[in-house]
Amino acid sequence: MRYEIRMKLSYHYPVPATAGRHLLRLMPASIAGEQRLETAHLTVRPDPVEWREGVDFFGNRTDDVALDKPHSESVFEMTARIDRMVDGQRIDFSARPDMLAREIAAQATLAPEAPHHFLGASPRITLHPAMTNYGLKAARGAQSVLEIFYALGRLIHAEFKFDPDATEVDTPALEAFERREGVCQDFTHVMISCLRGMGIPAGYVSGFLRTVPPEGQARLEGADAMHAWVRAWCGARMGWVEFDPTNALEVANDHVVIAYGRDYSDIAPVKGVMRLAGGQRTSQAVDVIPLDTG
Amino acid sequence: MQGEGGDPLTRLLAGYLPQDGVPDELLGPDGLVRPVWVNFVRRLASMPEGRLAERISHGDRYLRDAGVYYRRYGQDDNAQRDWPLSHVPLLISEDEWSEISAGLAERADLLEKLAADLYGENRLVAEGHLPASLIAESPEWHRPLVGLRPRDGHFLDFIAFDIGRGPNGNWWVLCDRTQSPSGAGFALENRIATTRVYSDIFVSANVTRLSNFFRDFRDRLMGLRPGHRGRVGILTPGPLNATYYEHAYIARYLGFTLLEGDDLTVQDGQLMIRTIDGLQPISVLWRRLDSDWADPLELNEGSHLGTPGLLGAIRSGNVSMLNALGAGVLETRALMAFLPRLSELLDGRPLRMPNVATWWCGQESERAHVRANADAMVFSSAWATGLAHETGGVTPPSTGLDSWIERRGAALVAQEQVQLSTAPALVDGALVPRPMTLRVFLARTEEGWVAMPGGFARIGRSEDSSAIAMQQGGQVADVWVIGQKTERAASLLRSDESFERSPPAALPSRAADNLFWLGRYVERSEHMVRVLRARHARLAESDMPDAPLPLFAARYLENLGCTSVEAVPSELVDSVSAALGSAGHVADRFSVDGMLALSDLTRTVREFSERVTPGDDAARAMGVLIRKLNGFAGLVHDNMYRFEGWRFLSIGRALERASTMSTCLAAFADPAAPAGALDMAVEISDSVMTHHRRYTVATNRATVVDLLALDELNPRSILCQLGDIDAHLAHLPGSGQHRQMTPLTRAVLRARTDLALQVPETVGTRALERLGDDIAEISDQLTLAYLS
Repeated sequence: MRYEIRMKLSYHYPVPATAGRHLLRLMPASIAGEQRLETAHLTVRPDPVEWREGVDFFGNRTDDVALDKPHSESVFEMTARIDRMVDGQRIDFSARPDMLAREIAAQATLAPEAPHHFLGASPRITLHPAMTNYGLKAARGAQSVLEIFYALGRLIHAEFKFDPDATEVDTPALEAFERREGVCQDFTHVMISCLRGMGIPAGYVSGFLRTVPPEGQARLEGADAMHAWVRAWCGARMGWVEFDPTNALEVANDHVVIAYGRDYSDIAPVKGVMRLAGGQRTSQAVDVIPLDTG
Repeated sequence: MQGEGGDPLTRLLAGYLPQDGVPDELLGPDGLVRPVWVNFVRRLASMPEGRLAERISHGDRYLRDAGVYYRRYGQDDNAQRDWPLSHVPLLISEDEWSEISAGLAERADLLEKLAADLYGENRLVAEGHLPASLIAESPEWHRPLVGLRPRDGHFLDFIAFDIGRGPNGNWWVLCDRTQSPSGAGFALENRIATTRVYSDIFVSANVTRLSNFFRDFRDRLMGLRPGHRGRVGILTPGPLNATYYEHAYIARYLGFTLLEGDDLTVQDGQLMIRTIDGLQPISVLWRRLDSDWADPLELNEGSHLGTPGLLGAIRSGNVSMLNALGAGVLETRALMAFLPRLSELLDGRPLRMPNVATWWCGQESERAHVRANADAMVFSSAWATGLAHETGGVTPPSTGLDSWIERRGAALVAQEQVQLSTAPALVDGALVPRPMTLRVFLARTEEGWVAMPGGFARIGRSEDSSAIAMQQGGQVADVWVIGQKTERAASLLRSDESFERSPPAALPSRAADNLFWLGRYVERSEHMVRVLRARHARLAESDMPDAPLPLFAARYLENLGCTSVEAVPSELVDSVSAALGSAGHVADRFSVDGMLALSDLTRTVREFSERVTPGDDAARAMGVLIRKLNGFAGLVHDNMYRFEGWRFLSIGRALERASTMSTCLAAFADPAAPAGALDMAVEISDSVMTHHRRYTVATNRATVVDLLALDELNPRSILCQLGDIDAHLAHLPGSGQHRQMTPLTRAVLRARTDLALQVPETVGTRALERLGDDIAEISDQLTLAYLS
């Protein structure tokens, strides 16, 4: 499935922001066998005086830009064409839940894909008994890690209310969990906390979701903004699998990956934005346009 | 001096009773004084009665006068605490010391190899020598630093170890400090204070000096500068840090620049200091800031202490950071369980100095051992750092211990409970044995690792060895390494160094800003105090707060922002505290006496605010404050080196004085002001005598305006302040180059000439208000040009 993706992020400051530096993670990823980036273009206004591309620990593309003049607005625009090659149904060859810990321990590596990075607390993820127990509730009767993963995602989708006004970008997962509401970022953080609490390695995926709903189906929430979902390590054979708890979807060709991290803080799209007391406005516009017919 | 208890030595040691089974530093197992201590305790015993107490008070006075403090974090306050010096040094023989240093140097090399692997190839994990989860879940293993090799090839440059002597008499490493260990600067102060107490004993005791250690480390840092140019910075989290005093002290001692994250910025991959002369490169930073806070873009995003882009600059190969960011992972307590095997693996030999026996509970065999010996174990988080009984400890449940250990597993570490040796402390004039740990600092020099010879031991306040931490009331003692021969006293300066007056480096903008505001706040406080004194003196005479003049003064104070005009308005406390706050940020550029005068002033104002009553009491109190303020001003302006920082301090004072004087005149010299207002203005301006001398008449509007606005010879006049500002600006970078005007010099010249052309009659209330605006414009232009 090929897509054209257009995204525009704008930050308006009530008083001019002074010179500053941003670290951007806005470009869709190239992932062998899953997603190929055909063309990509990123512009930043005002014109950066420095621009350095990089790759972070998890293999994500970064753009380090410096703005040297006071500005009351900054705009980041990205257009890309990508080809997404992930077909639907997966065969479950994930680990048995009681065998997972042993399989993790056998992974003697700290490579970016290693499960160990995704187990304990991380900057935005704390483990909490309430969330662990919620995960265990979903896991009841499950025969495999993948079953737990999907069951938990569906449970969150069923019991949580999607409400863009309920939370802020820095709302802790526990708060969203207790209120049973939030946006994709909250759903994702809650699900990661529940999984890690049960000893299942889980990480954060940022990306896009296609905007045009398949005929006869409702419009998908989160489609006109950047999106986030969960990936879990389901054992040595199956490795990483992704699931979107906001829409109770197994991740396939409707999702486009930007970056992988332990949580939002690893892969926030724009870092280094000054948080001013009130008055700052952010707007984002995202279009995911399928290029293939049918 | 023979008392009833036999000879003095016996008397001194009469109450000194080490516990059974615990080795003691002073007494051997035979109960006799160990050889290295003999000379010291004999001399101590022979001191005349009362002499030691007198000497100790000298030592303490030194520390107080030098302003040595650390900050204690508490629930209610983060108060500064006096440095808790234990007045008996710990003595160690040269031979024993060289074995300690050799053991720790080997350990330092081992840790260096470990760091290189953890941030490099990760072979130790891949080959199963280290569990991946232990590293991956460490908050100090920073992923953005993986694959990043330090510019000069080393991860570790200045580290410390806490060691203790176990029951068998051998030394054990209790913890590794590789993040940014503190204490070396305090050790210097320990040494100075302790030699004050034992000056006569010290000179003949063959104590190894500390200064060579610092000199060699400084030389290495200076050598890391490309082309041997530019400066070396010390990166500090700022005045709220527990050991900020030390950061400022070491910066002063070694001649390094004390920098906060805000002082730095990154330009084209190069780390730059923001100075009043623009951005200037810096390439060597000794950090006292924990890694996590160093760069909000790539590390902790909530940090306000760091520098965005710092990691990028390091990646570009333009910065030597010591210790390397991320080195704190080596402090992970559970790693101590692996170090004995890693030593065999990487160095082919056992640890020369063992560390305290440690078991990581992530493996079944270890858990079994811990379960079986839980009574003799101390438990803590696997990722804890520091000393086991100080930080990261966890208390096992009273029942269900086995399942608790099972459940916690990889997150748990158990360590053998060690009974540490005791060393003498003075309690109520008698020597008593107290548990002791030694902190040994190691620096990488051109010749490899060198240990600081002594300086820092921690002594428990009670017999319980878990109460050693300073935060819990423990004390710190000097450590004397006793040699066979007398060592020539050394100083930081090499004697073969030829004289060279190095050009002063440009002042960081933040330091300039703090000095400028220090000047303004002190002057603002003084003005407030003088108005308050004038008002309360009137109240003391008549006790009629609603009489026209006291009421007028009260309104004026309200205009200055005072919400209450009682004896000591809270705004005065705020203003003085703000001055102290500004000074705190530039402690390295500021005389210790000035700093002490300012903290004394703040204490006094706070105390007055609680007890002083209106009227005579307040007038007297304000008199006290005026004298203290003058004392501070005298210290600063008589003693401060005339570098750029002093100019910003002076400009701040002049600007504030000009500003308050125009406000004051606009009010008190207004035709509508009540009778006596003119006299009050002269009094507030401390110009009563001058007025008498200059004018043969009583005050009238013309004489007062002439004296306080236009008389350039009166150090209180507005014109005099503007002249001073003009003169200072001529010495600042960028100002008056090729006699070119800048917006700032133009603003000063405009205000100055406008005023100089006036006569008292034309300086009306409106004109004074406009002048106030002109002065505010000068402040804005100054900020734009130098301070932002």
